[in-house]
This record gives sequence, structure tokens and C-alpha cells, in this order.
Amino acid sequence: MSEQQVDNNKRRFLLVAASGAGAVAVAGIATPFIASFLPSERAKAAGAPVEVDISKLEPGEKINVEWRGKPVWVVKRTPDMVASLAKNTPKLVDPASDGSVQPEYCKNEGRSRKPDIWVAEGVCTHLGCSPTFRPDLAPADLGPEWLGGFYCPCHGSKFDLAGRVFSGVPAPTNLVIPPYKFFGNGDSMLLVGADQ
Amino acid sequence: MKQNMKKWLSVLLLAAAPLVAHASEAGVHLDRAPVNLRDAESLQRGAQTFANYCLSCHGAAAMRYNRLQDLGLTEAQIQANLMFASEKVGEPMRVAMQAADGKAWFGATPPDLSLIARSRGADWLYTYLRTFYRDESRPTGWNNLVFPSVGMPHVLWELQGQQVPVIKTVKNHETGKEEHHISLKLEKPGLLTRVAENGSFDQADYDKRVGDLVNYLVYLGEPAKVKREQIGYAVLLFLLFILVPISYFLKKEYWRDIH
Amino acid sequence: MSKLEQTAQKALGWVDDRFPLTSTWKAHVSEYYAPKNFNFWYFFGSLAMLVLVIQIVTGIFLTMNYKPDGNLIPGTNVSTAFMSVEYIMRDVAGGWIIRYMHSTGASMFFVVVYLHMFRGLIYGSYQKPRELIWVFGTLIFLCLMAEAFLGYLLPWGQMSFWGAAVIVNLFSSIPVIGPDLSELIRGDFVVSDVTLNRFFALHVIAVPLVLLALVVAHLVALHEVGSNNPDGVEIKKLKDPKTGIPLDGIPFHPYYTVKDIFGVAVFLVVFSLIVFFLPEMGGYFLEHPNFDPADPLKTPAHIAPVWYFTPFYAILRAVPSFLGTQVWGVLAMGAAVVLIAFLPWLDRSPVKSIRYRSPIFKWVLVAFVTAFIGLGILGALPSTNTRTIVAQILSVVYFAFFLGMPWYSKLGTPKAVPERVTDTNLGRQVRFVALFALTIVLATTFAMVI
Repeated sequence: MSEQQVDNNKRRFLLVAASGAGAVAVAGIATPFIASFLPSERAKAAGAPVEVDISKLEPGEKINVEWRGKPVWVVKRTPDMVASLAKNTPKLVDPASDGSVQPEYCKNEGRSRKPDIWVAEGVCTHLGCSPTFRPDLAPADLGPEWLGGFYCPCHGSKFDLAGRVFSGVPAPTNLVIPPYKFFGNGDSMLLVGADQ
Repeated sequence: MKQNMKKWLSVLLLAAAPLVAHASEAGVHLDRAPVNLRDAESLQRGAQTFANYCLSCHGAAAMRYNRLQDLGLTEAQIQANLMFASEKVGEPMRVAMQAADGKAWFGATPPDLSLIARSRGADWLYTYLRTFYRDESRPTGWNNLVFPSVGMPHVLWELQGQQVPVIKTVKNHETGKEEHHISLKLEKPGLLTRVAENGSFDQADYDKRVGDLVNYLVYLGEPAKVKREQIGYAVLLFLLFILVPISYFLKKEYWRDIH
Repeated sequence: MSKLEQTAQKALGWVDDRFPLTSTWKAHVSEYYAPKNFNFWYFFGSLAMLVLVIQIVTGIFLTMNYKPDGNLIPGTNVSTAFMSVEYIMRDVAGGWIIRYMHSTGASMFFVVVYLHMFRGLIYGSYQKPRELIWVFGTLIFLCLMAEAFLGYLLPWGQMSFWGAAVIVNLFSSIPVIGPDLSELIRGDFVVSDVTLNRFFALHVIAVPLVLLALVVAHLVALHEVGSNNPDGVEIKKLKDPKTGIPLDGIPFHPYYTVKDIFGVAVFLVVFSLIVFFLPEMGGYFLEHPNFDPADPLKTPAHIAPVWYFTPFYAILRAVPSFLGTQVWGVLAMGAAVVLIAFLPWLDRSPVKSIRYRSPIFKWVLVAFVTAFIGLGILGALPSTNTRTIVAQILSVVYFAFFLGMPWYSKLGTPKAVPERVTDTNLGRQVRFVALFALTIVLATTFAMVI
């Protein structure tokens, strides 16, 4: 040891500075590694918006579209179906969709841009099963008050024709509505996944 | 200037190892390609030429169309100007032609061009695309100075016009053997070449078009290059002005105990 | 003592009762006494460790997106493996940094390890009692070569394919078993998807496991006998009678940790310069033909191994085939590597460090370094008659360095070795490194002329 006094303040300052610089260096190096876990350009391209021709969709009919590997439903609701929605309201968990996921323009009773065409992700908000479409009125298994909707075979969750969840079932929130928009001649085309 | 500096750096770092990499196989002098990856307009023109002339036979399977937003284009512009209607903007630049067809038509499958600038080098491409000449002995009717017996026809001939070889026989004083030197003469001007007042041909516009194309091909070889260097400057500044000095002073402070 | 510190002490005590944490830390770091006179050359051991970590971490992340599939994507002449590398370079966020770190790391590993070995050479670090450290080190070097060779196949470009084809074919020159042996290595009649898959398995798990085990053995052996130093003085001979600490020893931590951190910072400058501005290094770190996908029907015009193999490749080419077989070149190349491990027993010098060895050794060392670098340059160039002759001369120098050592290492009179280590003379350091660099430049100039 030399006879000079060790300058503890200087040493401590340099240690703190070095630790800080080291932390910045480690954070910088870690950035590309963590970023590499994000969806790649290929995944993003595969998850690109999907175009659907809805000109031939019949009233009351449902078609399935695949977007980002998930089933997306497009239903053309009849005027009767649209009218039935209001009757379900007292039996719903979240009738105004305050706690559910949908674009701002779908935060309404029909959860849709237009009253008839309804688009939703066909994935139950409970544990991810895909519910079945049950447009039939008062079937034996769903009871006399059933006005049409979706029934999840996994754990019995029920949704109405706007994808709103009934109370007393496991699913906590309404079905998710993806962003979408209409385009083409007389809005005959639907773009799922983008609304700009 | 920057290119020069980089060359110097690589020379210094490797202790002056010889740069043999990009010599042309045919031993033809390669012209320097005007590469500038920060010239967005040149890259956009190059992308246009690439889409119009190259993409029908060659793919660029590693490149997604929407990546061209790097060049300052919008997705709508890319879709409208550079793509077929049936393709999606997130898809790679695939070639419509089947590999087997290409083999049947040209004798070899036209290579994918994603990395061509990295394997051949920009100068080679720039010279190659400007030294096609008429050669009736070839199946396509075309031959090339830097790529003798090339399978590809002169796709840009409408733009450049038609060059013919002028063969000069020179005696090599060292070996005493006779050597043939081929130089090219423009016989018929094309859309981008014209006859100058003194009777010589002016190829400047064609050279510029090819330069833009090669610039684009260099971008295509490594789209992240500009970003890579930008990040590099930040990293080096941090290391040189923060980490190195702090760790130096820390070392010095501790080692006062020893000395 | 604050409450927090008390809790920490308690927790540490709990661990120490069950696991030798504090004692290991003391034995290998805070109370490992290293000579206080380490100089510039002593940075490369810790830097090799750093590069090993870089290679392992980047390698793990590359494995997440790389696909070892040599089959062509339908309708194209590009393989899945080749495209997966470009996928990493373009589509994976941050992928290009990770890939360039790995490719640069491969070359920098050899830069650092060659300098580390040179350090051992000039200061006699392989001499008694450090023979095993040196043998483990040579084995690490062998593993590193295997790792580099196996990994180079993975991008499945033209150089990957043809480099592997040529090297595997070397084995077929071995009499009797050769042809079967090379088929066994490839698992096919040519280098193919099968070869790629097994090389991948060996590159990402088998060889790294062996490498790590050897690195541990290298360090354990080092800490058992203690580090050598530029004076070649055993610091354990003179200890403080009260504490038992070597008089010329200082604890590794904090003194060498802070010093090595500075070394790491400087190294990172060079490393980042390459990763961000010169990842191809003019075609030496990433060879241009390797950007063409592998084509089993078309050989590139000039096949050269990556720069770190070129000295050995030049020796291979320098040896002519005779008695109807070309196995001699292969044997010479193998011997060139294996001989390194025997240095501790070839060197008969009474002193370790070049500072006190006779001038004869210095000149022999200059000749050896010149030969090694000259061979490295020649191995990267296409061979001509003149170059082959020069390569043959340099190969003889290379082998003479090892085989003549038992004789010339005893020649001349060494200087008196001091009792205690001496201070590092910065002027001498700079002169020496400058001389080293000058040798490299001269050898390069010479090779370019011929």
C-alpha cells in the first residue's frame, strides 16, 4: 500500500459512474436481443389485414375468416335479430361494452359499424375456445328465452348476437371486435384487421 | 470519402491484407458504381427500374415490398407503382416465373437478386449492366465483357441501344504473346443514349439509370445498412467518450494502491 | 451495521453453510493473488472469455430463428437454411446485430486467442509447472477450430458448402479407411442436408459443452499453480512471512477486475467498429461468395478458407503428394496444430521470459511469427508456383521452430532473472508492439509482391 491516503469519495464516485455506464451498456446490448422476441416482419405480414367479399352473404348467415391465425366471424343479421338485441340487455354482464375490447366505432348496442353486418373474433373470452353459432330461437338445450347467439361448448358461456356475454357464465367480457372497415362498390368488401 | 475511410480502416485493422475480393473473373477493369444509400430519389428510381426490368425473371425473395418504405415511399405508392395487383404489400418480391422454366429458357435458373450486390459487388454489377454487346454466336444474341458467355440477354437494350465489340490485337511486351483487347462501341443509340455533336455517343443518361439500379441493388443486399451505421455512431460515441474514460480513471484510481 | 446489511450477512451465511460461495469467490477472485506486473498482453485471456460469452449468447438467439434445412424451397434454387439467415438479417427485429455480433465474434475469437497464445510463447507461460494449462489451452484452440469449421457450414452459402466439401474430402486421402471415413462424416455421398443437420447439432451443443469444460479446466489449473508474468518470476517463492501473501501478488479483485473492465471497454470499441461499419471486413470475416446460396453443381472460382485457418491451409497446400497419396499434406496440417501442445517439453530453456532469454530465441521467434503470418497470407491467395515455393520455405520455418527447439533453446547465455518482478516499462511495451505490427506489415507487403 502506498502512503497516499485513499480518496474514498473519488473512488466511490468513479464506481457509481462506472456502474451507471455499465448498466447503460448492458441495457443497450440487451435491446436487440429482447426486440428479437417481438413478432417478426414475416409474422406481421402473415397477420396483415384480410379482405372479404360480403356481397353474397345472405341475411342470417355467418362466414368464418382467418385473421392472425384466429377465426373471425362475419354475420349478416336480419332486422329481427337486430331488434332482439335490446331484449337481452337486463341479462347481460356488460351491455354497454364498457369493460370489453372493441374499436370505438363499435361501442354501441349492436357492437358494429352497420346494424346488419357484425364482425367479431370467434374466440371465447374465457379460455379461448371457439363458440358455436346458434341463431335458432328457444332451442331445447338453451331454454325458451334464447333469442339467438353463440354458445361455447367448452364451459357453457353464452353470448348474444352482438357478442355480449350473458351473466352467470364463466366468460368475463364480451367477444372481442377487431378493427375493420368496408370498401369497394356499395361496401361489398370488408377489410378485417385495419380501419384506416 | 467515406468509402475511402472505410477501406483504410479495414486495411489498418487487418494489417494491410490484400483486397482481392471483388476482382472480376474476366480481368476487365471495373468502373466505380455511384452508390449512395442516403439518396432516396436515386433508390426510388432504381426500385422502379428493378420492378420493371428485373423482377419478371429474377426474384428478391428475402425482400418484402413494404420494406420499401425505407426509401420514403408509402404503402399505397408501392402497391400502385411497383407491384402486381394480386400481391400483398407484406409479401416478398417473388418471381412469377418457375425456376424450371428459367432453366429451360436461359440454360440456368436466373439467380435470386436479394444478395447479388453482396456476392458480386456494386462495381461489378455497374460494369456488367453497361457492357453487353452484340454477339450472334450466342443463343440470346448478346454477350458481356465481365461475364463472358452470359445466359442473360441484354434486358436494358431499348434504353442503351446496341454495342458492338472492337477487337484490338496487342502484343504483350512482357510475355511476348498476342492478346485480344475488346472495347465496345455504341452502334445504335437507345432511348437513353444519343449522338453528341462531335459524333461520339453520349451514354450519361443510361449510366445514371444503371447507377440508380445498382444503388438499389446495394440497398437490397442489406436494407438495414444505413440504420446499422447510424446506431454504430451512437455506440462508438458512448464507448469512446463515456465507457472507456470512466473505466480508465477507475482503473487508475485503484492502481494508485499498487504504484 | 444497518438492518439490511445484517439480513444480507445472514442470508450469505445460510448459503455458505450449504455451498462454498464465499470461499470460492475468495479463492478465485478476491484472494487470488496475481503478479502485479501484468502488461498489455495479459488482456487477451479475459477478452477470450468475453468473446466466448458473446458467442454463446448470440448463438442461442440465432438458434431461435435459424433453420438447419439444406433442401431447396420449392420453385426456387435457394434453401430454407440460407433464407433463414436472411430472415434473421431482415425480418427479425435486432436480428442483424445479433448475427453480425456472432460472425464478428468468430473472427475476433481467433484474433484474441492467437494473441493470447503469443503471450504464452514470449513469456514461457507453458513451462513447468504450467504444462497442463497449456495443454488444455491447445485443446480449447482445437475445439475452437472445430466450432468455427462446423458453424461455417450453417449459412449454407457457396463457401459454406465448398469449404466443407474440401475439408471433409481431406479425410478421404487417409489410406484404407479414408473414403469410408469421409462418408461417415458427411452421412451422405456429398455434403448434403444430412451433413448440415449433424454439423448444426455439433456446433450448437456438442462442441460448446466440451469447450466450456475445457475452459473450466484451463482456469482451475491456472489458479492451482498461479499466473506467470512478463518476468517469468514465480511470485509464490517470496511471501510475506506474516500474511503468507506473495510479495509481488495483488488480489485479482479489485485490481485486475478494474483493469480488465478497461480492456473490455477498449475491445468493445474495436468490436463495435467492425459490427457496425465493417461486418464483412473486406470479405475476410464474411466471404463474398457466401452470399450466393450453395450450389452443389458449381464451384466458386477461388476457394479460400476464412482467414484464421489460412496458415494451416497454406501448410496443407505446400506439401506435395508422393508415394501415390496426398495424405502428407493432411498429416502436416494436423501436426502443425498438435505440435503446439508439446511446447512445454520441447523448450529446454532455463528461463521463461523473453526478457531474459538469449537473443537467439528472439530471432527464432521473429522468424516463426513471420512464417506464421506469411503462411496466413499465402493461404488466402490462389496458389502460383512462386507462392508454393515460398509457402514450402515458410512451412519448414514453422516446423523448425518446434522441432529445433530442444536444441536452440539451450543455446546462448540467458540474462540473470531478478528475484522480484520489475515494473512495466511503457516505452519498451510500445516498442515491442510496434515491432510486432511492423513484422505483420512487412510480411504482408512481401506476400503481396510475390
